[in-house]
Amino acid sequence: MKSEGMSPIVQTIAGILFPMVLIFSFYVIMHGHLTPGGGFQGGAIGASAVAMLIVALGAKKINDMVGEEGISSFESIGGLVFVIIAILGLFMATTFLSNFLVGDTIFGKIPPFGSNSGILNSGGILPLLNIAVGMKVIGGLSAVVLVMALATKEEKK
Amino acid sequence: MRKIAGAIAFVIFFAFLLFSMYELHEFGKPPSDMDDYIIQNAQNETGANNAVTSVVFDYRGYDTLGEATVLFTAIAGVMILFRRGKDEE
Repeated sequence: MKSEGMSPIVQTIAGILFPMVLIFSFYVIMHGHLTPGGGFQGGAIGASAVAMLIVALGAKKINDMVGEEGISSFESIGGLVFVIIAILGLFMATTFLSNFLVGDTIFGKIPPFGSNSGILNSGGILPLLNIAVGMKVIGGLSAVVLVMALATKEEKK
Repeated sequence: MRKIAGAIAFVIFFAFLLFSMYELHEFGKPPSDMDDYIIQNAQNETGANNAVTSVVFDYRGYDTLGEATVLFTAIAGVMILFRRGKDEE
């Protein structure tokens, strides 16, 4: 039985590289309020990791593992989290999307003025919004790649 | 005839470009004080060291919500276009 996807060498290397790229993507998302990057950029990196896995292992295998519904509902959960945090600002503070966590215990530290290395536990709702947008971009872009790969595979038969 | 009209349109457009170029602000003198305000207050108000992120997600949060909506719409369109129905399998 011939397995789809590329040769075993490429599959092994992709399997080794996948967690590293994913960890780099999580780093870019988590440090969005300290270093260049953020939800969109880190999400694009993570989606490229999933695209690499789809190219190496074949779209059918990835679809059996997670499924397009799973990935696209992951994206929808990211969008919902964004809107829920934004509406929470309406109730906890004054306006929609207001930064109600600044000065609080969670993500509430305020860094000193000027250029410094920064505190991870700062930024108010910005890290949470970054995580939400990152979930959205990872889920959305990998769902697009997966669905398109599945469609081209069917056409070949 | 068409070439003459095109040439006249080009000259008018180029004249507008030149005039607007002379109306530009001097280098290093922005038209508003908004950037100074953000540089001075972004760290205190949002707690984020990255001023760009504090603009994108806090001061212009609506814009980011719209971007996320555009992304959602594009992905929903692609999913509708490429999804296989249950009876096709």
